[in-house]
Amino acid sequence: MSAIVLFMAVIAVIVGWWLSQQRLTAKPWLEEGPVGNFPGTDAMTWPAAKIGLGVFLAVAGSLFALFISAYSMRMNAVDWRTLPVPGLLWFNTGVLVVSSIALQWAYVAARRDDMENVIIGLCAGGASAVTFLIGQLLAWQQLRTAGYFVASNPANSFFYLITAAHGLHLIGGLVALGRTTAKVWRGAEMAQLRLSVELCAIYWHFLLLVWLALLGLLTGWTDDFVDICRRLLT
Amino acid sequence: MVDVPYDAVTDVPPAEVAEVDLYHPRSWWTRYVFSQDAKVIAIQYSLTATAIGLVALVLSWLMRLQLGFPGTFSFIDANQYLQFITMHGMIMVIYLLTALFLGGFGNYLIPLMVGARDMVFPYVNMLSYWVYLLAVLVLASTFFVPGGPTGAGWTLYPPQAILSGTPGQDWGIVLMLASLILFIIGFTMGGLNYVVTVLQARTRGMTLMRMPLTVWGIFTATVMALLAFPALFVASVMMLFDRLLGTSFFMPSLVEMGQQMKYGGGSPILFQHLFWFFGHPEVYIVALPAFGIVSDLISVHARKNIFGYRMMVWAIVAIGALSFVVWAHHMYVSGMHPKFGFFFATTTLIIAIPTAIKVYNWVLTLWRGDIHLTVPMLFALGFIITFVNGGLTGLFLGNVVVDVPLSDTMFVVAHFHMVMGVAPIMVVLGAIYHWYPKVTGRMLNDALGKFHFWVTFLGAYLIFFPMHYIGLLGVPRRYHDIGEAAFIPSSTHTLNAFITVMALTVGFAQMVFLFNLAWSLFKGRPSGGNPWRATTLEWQTPETPPGHGNWGKELPVVYRWAYDYSVPGAAQDFIPQNQPRATPALKGAAP
Repeated sequence: MSAIVLFMAVIAVIVGWWLSQQRLTAKPWLEEGPVGNFPGTDAMTWPAAKIGLGVFLAVAGSLFALFISAYSMRMNAVDWRTLPVPGLLWFNTGVLVVSSIALQWAYVAARRDDMENVIIGLCAGGASAVTFLIGQLLAWQQLRTAGYFVASNPANSFFYLITAAHGLHLIGGLVALGRTTAKVWRGAEMAQLRLSVELCAIYWHFLLLVWLALLGLLTGWTDDFVDICRRLLT
Repeated sequence: MVDVPYDAVTDVPPAEVAEVDLYHPRSWWTRYVFSQDAKVIAIQYSLTATAIGLVALVLSWLMRLQLGFPGTFSFIDANQYLQFITMHGMIMVIYLLTALFLGGFGNYLIPLMVGARDMVFPYVNMLSYWVYLLAVLVLASTFFVPGGPTGAGWTLYPPQAILSGTPGQDWGIVLMLASLILFIIGFTMGGLNYVVTVLQARTRGMTLMRMPLTVWGIFTATVMALLAFPALFVASVMMLFDRLLGTSFFMPSLVEMGQQMKYGGGSPILFQHLFWFFGHPEVYIVALPAFGIVSDLISVHARKNIFGYRMMVWAIVAIGALSFVVWAHHMYVSGMHPKFGFFFATTTLIIAIPTAIKVYNWVLTLWRGDIHLTVPMLFALGFIITFVNGGLTGLFLGNVVVDVPLSDTMFVVAHFHMVMGVAPIMVVLGAIYHWYPKVTGRMLNDALGKFHFWVTFLGAYLIFFPMHYIGLLGVPRRYHDIGEAAFIPSSTHTLNAFITVMALTVGFAQMVFLFNLAWSLFKGRPSGGNPWRATTLEWQTPETPPGHGNWGKELPVVYRWAYDYSVPGAAQDFIPQNQPRATPALKGAAP
């Protein structure tokens, strides 16, 4: 459970830092009066959707941290046979990086009111994300043909489960991206678009980060790190 | 809203919100059924949770009938008994208490108490309820599928949960896991709303330290739930894989009916870790809203500011954080390393500190207060006593050496029913008596309310105190029929019959309560906008019940904390949060 405990510690630091800005040591029974007297303690000024996404990323992060925890606990069992990672995954990773860069491109363009580049960025991001998903399905296909079925070994089971969970999150992101693109299609103003593009870009970067962590886990690159964590805790 | 004059020089003008910012229902369907108004969603959540909760109540009667009079009721066999246990526990903890506190009270109170017009994502909020309803329906459907609901116990421990010896192995367990997954998806949608509304939609002047403790409790519990429920989600998905696809995440190699099963190498302990990583925070997900609500009830009905408001807030946050590092105290008998046991026993006992701070502060709030023994206050007092009692037996069970012999006895059942069953339900009931006038515009009948309280309160003690004793004797839990054993004196059977009679009596009192709810809706005394003379914003709405958008054209502005009761020199014994100064400065000031 070290991964999830580590993740919770990070969340606790963020929450603690935020709470430290909120004057929790104030004595509200003495502080009668209008708002202006207590700067910085009003409601957040960020748009609700952005805060909502931030909270959702914490939830999704917790989900993946738990998968990683379960993985690293289960892999100690004697029946664990690490499965060969299909070379296709490296290509997929590259595509996902491209996807993330494209959305960042769209976001930068949106800030500069450059509609043409926004469209290019959104379309390129969407197309490469779809390519990534197709690539993942092909990787599954390759593993299946090579005889690595979902139930034949826990390593396989985890591989299918974790890649599926990541893929489903990306599909959810594609729905949001699709809605943003539809807004562009209907000729929405840049001011209405900027936030949507930004949120898509943030979500894509998050999913890229998660994917890199998962890839490290599935390929065994992070085994040493996991070992160190385990030794620290036992 | 109390019409408060404000001084244009020193006070802040009220904020106006443009009409276009509000979602408007256009038909009966979108107003009452597919509504995006948090208040309607709250009522939908509450009614659904109560309905499925009644099913769980009936299940508890059936279990008690079997335990009190074994062999009398031929229609309850051992399998059904296990199914009743499982469904009773799961429904009560997740589908009733979690849904009611967060989906019900959270939806109704958060926007009103922080001075918002609605939740920030009304559409997602509506979806949250419908997914929750779907989860409840999937759960309820297991009563009607072949093999019936799962009998794996509410903890659903593998490997037994998916083996053929456990009832409901075909459909029951699959639908249970599916229902849990749906519940978590629905809850996440709602939870995002509650958190972001508190963060972003508080009205002007509503700093965090001016929020009523109810909002603090629900807010912290929601943050915890958002982070903890994924653990149950992961565990459920992995167990579904084990059950449906034959993977071995949790399933060790097994021989069943002489046949070697296809499973091998899986770790049941892994499931326990995941389950309790959710399961222990879950205790506080239910307890923290209860803590918050009870603080407000006591303050209002004792006409006194809450003692140690800052400490109360810090304690809520501390409990929330600590509850994530105690999960393995549910696993002392799983064969863990003694050092782990020591660590988790220590963290468990540390939680007693912030919790005790809260109890002391409640008692000190009552100290020399102007205590009105209204029905909400009675329930709040009932909660404090019950919570202390349940908490004390928690100290027993938190210690490894005491837990080991008591584990899996009725002592554990009595402990968690006191602390996690009776105590939160006391708060739920008190809160309903307290806020019913705001929701309906009418008071609940007082005489029926007092009858309901006394029967429930005394009855609960008559049920669970003897149960501790039975547990100390060593009577195991989850047994369909304890039979005759040398260590069980025959008086235990008499005691069991007594507990059953009391359980039926308490159940009957809840029917009186339901009658009161329905009767008062039409015949109750009109309450007016602020029958308890409370300070918090929900009592200052221009209409009761609050109209769509909660406030009129202008959002309220907050000038003070939520606990200005009996302020010396003030015109009356409470000062609403949106009133600029204790003694109105302008002529013709509001009463």
